[in-house]
Amino acid sequence: MTNQTVLHAEHLKAGAKMVDFHGWEMPINYGSQIEEHHAVRKDAGMFDVSHMTIVDVKGQQAQAYLRYLLANDVAKLQDKGKALYSGMLNDSAGVIDDLIVYYFDQTDYRLVVNSATREKDMDWLNAQAEGFDVSINERPEFAMIAVQGPNAKVKAQSLFSAAQKEAVEGMKVFYGVQAEDLFIATTGYTGEAGYEIIVPSDKAPELWQQLLAAGVAPCGLGARDTLRLEAGMNLYGLDMDETISPLAANMGWTISWEPSDRDFVGRKVLEQQKIDGTDKLVGLVMTDKGVLRSGQKVAIGGLGGDHAQGVITSGTFSPTLGHSIAMARVPANVGETVEVEMRKKWVTVNVVKPSFVRNGKKVF
Amino acid sequence: MSDIPSDLHYASTHEWVRPEGDGIFTVGISAHAQELLGDMVFVELPDVGSEVNAGDDVAVAESVKAASDVYTPLTGEVIAVNEELEDSPELVNADPYGDGWLFKIKAEDPDEVGDLLDAEGYENAIDEE
Repeated sequence: MTNQTVLHAEHLKAGAKMVDFHGWEMPINYGSQIEEHHAVRKDAGMFDVSHMTIVDVKGQQAQAYLRYLLANDVAKLQDKGKALYSGMLNDSAGVIDDLIVYYFDQTDYRLVVNSATREKDMDWLNAQAEGFDVSINERPEFAMIAVQGPNAKVKAQSLFSAAQKEAVEGMKVFYGVQAEDLFIATTGYTGEAGYEIIVPSDKAPELWQQLLAAGVAPCGLGARDTLRLEAGMNLYGLDMDETISPLAANMGWTISWEPSDRDFVGRKVLEQQKIDGTDKLVGLVMTDKGVLRSGQKVAIGGLGGDHAQGVITSGTFSPTLGHSIAMARVPANVGETVEVEMRKKWVTVNVVKPSFVRNGKKVF
Repeated sequence: MSDIPSDLHYASTHEWVRPEGDGIFTVGISAHAQELLGDMVFVELPDVGSEVNAGDDVAVAESVKAASDVYTPLTGEVIAVNEELEDSPELVNADPYGDGWLFKIKAEDPDEVGDLLDAEGYENAIDEE
């Protein structure tokens, strides 16, 4: 069975080409994925992300539960509304999912997790909750719209009520606030400023239409992928999964090792991996013709075809840079270049940190 | 349904062929093919002067989504390529049967075009995919 978001009719009205995305019928583009990409980098675009899973975690032991559940430490969250990005690991330190957690108080948190992993996430959240005084509730009655780009905030604010404008006034990056019927967060998946707005489902189509009227371009999953890859953000299922350590997925910064007596799922294995060493996720840049694609083999140290030791996890054409970029998992002793097997030929490409574009500008 | 002009000939691999007279034919990819591929980012074209055989992969249309081989529907000599595509590969999306043409070929046997599909035949071939 294919799920549809409450914005399905709006997508069709806007001329979307719909595709199946892990059981959800979602827009891949509304004509041109590249034009949508540029709209977000230069002006403002919006994405229907209602398929993502919102989970509220409440109760006396909500903080203790999340400190055990997540590799990042929610005890770092002290300001109301502050958000944190974290991996949720299994006992072998593989990434079950990556998520954002919003803090309201020590008994009240909101998680936003991926849609493709919804069932296993819910099973895991519930299984790990055993012995903790917490309630875990999915909130399917909400839709979510991400408005992103240099003009996104101004355009979105033009629709906000006086109270909502006041609530977001001076809000820093990576915060969320409930303002009347909207939960407005300064988060995103594009490397641009903007909001992710959680809205009651019955009010979502109206909000979508208002954003459209305010000059925000509807953007599909195609542009979402090129934008997040330019921003060096991981996509679950490609750049990491249950078999991959966060240390091998450029997520080391999301692991809170201190305090050392905090036990969290996967910690013991992670500590051993830290001693033994792991592969790492790097960025690749190719300015010649052609496009790096996920699954292509990578050889380090100029060893060529018989010695493929890495793989491209995500690759694309970067519309902002005008050439191809990728993320690749390779041995940690990688040098300044690697060879990639493309269409039966080995091509030398440059290795960079896995971040390519932020706020419209090249960053490597 | 994609646009399939009735005055062109088609290969089941989604190329179109337009007779220009004197045994010369223009080749491109169909509206259906460019729709499947999405936004074009690079087009690699054959060398002018190269001799090609029908069915050879002679060009590559690379989109944000995938790289796709383009096969020459006819045997002969490549006499021109669309150099505009070097800087503007999106012409293939915007105008697949016009400004987005790929190359021109001088056919060894102009009657070879008779082996290709007509518009109706191509439409049926797409429907069966």
